[in-house]
Amino acid sequence: MDFNFSEEQSMLRDTVASFLRDRYDFDTRRAITRSEAGWRPDYWKAFAEELGILAAPFAEEHGGLGGGPIENMIVMEEFGKHLVVEPYLGTVVIGGGFLKHSGAPIAGEVIGRIIGGEAVLAFAYAEPTGRYNLADLSTTAKKDGEGWVVNGHKAVVVGGPWATHLIVTARTSGGQRDRQGVSVFLVEKNTPGVTTRDYPTVDGARASEVAFENVRVGPEALLGPADQGLPLVEQVVDEAIAALCAEAVGCMRKLHEGTLDYARQRKQFGVPIATFQVLQHRMVDMFMNLEQSVSMTYMATLKLDEPAEERAKAASAAKVQIGKAARFVGQSAIQIHGGMGMTDELAIGHYFKRTTIIEQAFGGVDHHLRRYEMLTLPQAA
Amino acid sequence: MNLDFSPEDAAFREEVRRFIADNYPASLRGKQDEGEELAKEDYLSWHRVLAKKGWVAPAWPTEYGGPGWTSTQRYIWSEELARADAIPILPFGINMVGPVIYTFGTPEQKQRFLPPTLSGDIWWCQGYSEPGAGSDLASLKTKAERIQGDDGKEYYLVNGQKTWTTLAQHADWIFCLVRTNPTAKIQEGISFLLIDMKSPGITVRPIITLGGEHEVNEVWLENVKVPVENRIFEENKGWTCAKFLLAHERSGIAGVARSKRGIERIKSIATVESEDGRPLIQDPFFARKVAELEIDLTALEFTELRVLASESAGRGPGPESSLLKIKGTEIQQRITELVLEAAGHYGAPYFRGFPTDGHNMFPIGPDYAHRAAPTYFNGRKTSIYGGSNEIQRNIIAKMVLGL
Ligand SMILES: Cc1cc2nc3c(=O)[nH]c(=O)nc-3n(C[C@H](O)[C@H](O)[C@H](O)COP(=O)(O)OP(=O)(O)OC[C@H]3O[C@@H](n4cnc5c(N)ncnc54)[C@H](O)[C@@H]3O)c2cc1C
Repeated sequence: MDFNFSEEQSMLRDTVASFLRDRYDFDTRRAITRSEAGWRPDYWKAFAEELGILAAPFAEEHGGLGGGPIENMIVMEEFGKHLVVEPYLGTVVIGGGFLKHSGAPIAGEVIGRIIGGEAVLAFAYAEPTGRYNLADLSTTAKKDGEGWVVNGHKAVVVGGPWATHLIVTARTSGGQRDRQGVSVFLVEKNTPGVTTRDYPTVDGARASEVAFENVRVGPEALLGPADQGLPLVEQVVDEAIAALCAEAVGCMRKLHEGTLDYARQRKQFGVPIATFQVLQHRMVDMFMNLEQSVSMTYMATLKLDEPAEERAKAASAAKVQIGKAARFVGQSAIQIHGGMGMTDELAIGHYFKRTTIIEQAFGGVDHHLRRYEMLTLPQAA
Repeated sequence: MNLDFSPEDAAFREEVRRFIADNYPASLRGKQDEGEELAKEDYLSWHRVLAKKGWVAPAWPTEYGGPGWTSTQRYIWSEELARADAIPILPFGINMVGPVIYTFGTPEQKQRFLPPTLSGDIWWCQGYSEPGAGSDLASLKTKAERIQGDDGKEYYLVNGQKTWTTLAQHADWIFCLVRTNPTAKIQEGISFLLIDMKSPGITVRPIITLGGEHEVNEVWLENVKVPVENRIFEENKGWTCAKFLLAHERSGIAGVARSKRGIERIKSIATVESEDGRPLIQDPFFARKVAELEIDLTALEFTELRVLASESAGRGPGPESSLLKIKGTEIQQRITELVLEAAGHYGAPYFRGFPTDGHNMFPIGPDYAHRAAPTYFNGRKTSIYGGSNEIQRNIIAKMVLGL
């Protein structure tokens, strides 16, 4: 057993951390989120060319650095500390995950373009109804000669406005919520019949509603097996959950650290508010929540390559821990900042908003408790 | 002891319900439920309707323009307002400075300020907090020195900064706590001043809050001349008014009726949202949280009724109101959490300055989701303002438990 990072992994963290320290301070981030584009394509290019991090979790045969989940965890935690909006999660973790695991013929080529910073991916899985059930799909793909025709509406596609490609889950057979009959497609966003409505999100990112109207794609668009795509979707979503947990840890570190600093410096009744025991205990609880979250993030990340059931259990367990911790740590940070916590001027509120969205992403605490129960409790005969 | 409403109470309920249905401005319908930010005119339009009817200040004595309702009637009234999803009446004039003026003011001050406060012609804001004086309000530094004006009259020259001043951007007048004696013990050198916001030397700067709202402000006072007759009560006795006002501020803060409405709303949202083919409200996890919330609210409601009963037996709002404030705000915050959870994916889109309609092909989620996240963010304020919930617990520990 070893919880140390390798030398390469420590270097990766240092590289990312120093780039963000120099070029992604809070004011820069604010300017990015308020800009027309909402992200910095030149930073993305720098991620590809200067830092090489877009290659981190890919195999060397695809031009990657041969890393995996741990590398994603490191990048995501650093991104969390700076509230980076650029779509590493959608492109590298999720998009890259689908391409890697599907073994699709075009995977190598598209991964190459991800690594080069040319291909930006977004995950179009949610729909206006159905909430967090990954198999609850109204979007359909019908066989059309060699290829497919896609129809449907995808909701809140995070990073949609910046994407060149969409990963789309669709029903190719079976009923509305059947586990069978789910397939995954890679669709170029400029394919005729794809229309989007772009908008900002409360945590400073951008998203799109995406409509597919008789969108024709070739046979190469299919990622993974036709009709039997759900296990692949679940695997990649678990990987995304682990990465989000790491991002949340980065955010929570900042929430905790920022709150301690503030409480030491803010005086009321002639003393720093950090001397009030009720606040001390709350900051201790924040600390314990954070430490438990770090542990669960490691646990889930290290189990991503285990058999499906073990992996799913780990991901859901981590998501429950992070969901509860994110809420407690975020709310406590605001509370201890008093009125200052309510202002949009301070970074603290923005970490709180991001952790709020992470808490719900891919299902909140209830959703993952239910999934965990189904996976672990003996079922009555 | 009984829980019955008398036939008169039932008739009263009918009457006010009908009045609200007939007179609530059509332009405001739905705005409260969706958590929309309200314009100045929104607040005033409803205020004026109630002022005209004589119902805008239910707790005021009749001699100053109150309707003379019993505490039961006031309770029914707040229930009916919430039931109709009516926007709140701003507390600054009606619940805060009004009672201070009729309790501590001179006859001239009452005559000058109470009628326009009732009619809505004066919009008040509360100038208590300062950058260095939040929970420790008595350490406030804004200073007021007596000077002789060129006209030979006496004035206070006020200098300092107030902050978190809610809706000061709309206000006609601000009631301020200022330091008139810098050498006395801190509570003993404070006075209560009414200041015209049009006075030279006042600058209002917006503070934008988490949900993107412009709700609070910084108010800078630079050599502002305030006639001495605008002081309420004795010089250096302002803390008495301040404490009186804070107790009144807290008693309205439980918001039971509004929270009931909030829970109804969660239930209706959770009937529409569905996961795994069944409505969210049938999800045992979610249903359990709603039930717990409702039970906690019932406990709060009956606690409030007990406090009201003892108040109508002649005791003013006491430190028990801290309990109502803590529990009331915790419940309000849990309601916003559940709405956000129920909103699902569509909790994420941010609509400020962004058209939500006129785009039929792409509605961005259901209406109830549009402000779920900003409302949740904004709701964090309730455990901070009006005396933070930590401070309220300190008050109970000291004043109720004698610790
Ligand atoms: C949205 C909003 C609207 C407001 N509107 C108005 C308004 O219209 N007019 C006005 O005058 N003010 C207004 N306020 C100010 C409000 O009253 C103050 O924010 C509040 O009193 C807390 O003060 P503070 O923000 O300085 O926090 P601080 O006093 O600095 O408190 C910071 C933290 O320390 C805790 N703390 C402080 N002292 C103790 C203690 N002794 N023991 C334990 N914990 C302690 C607090 O509970 C809090 O968690 C508003 C505030 C907000 C957020």
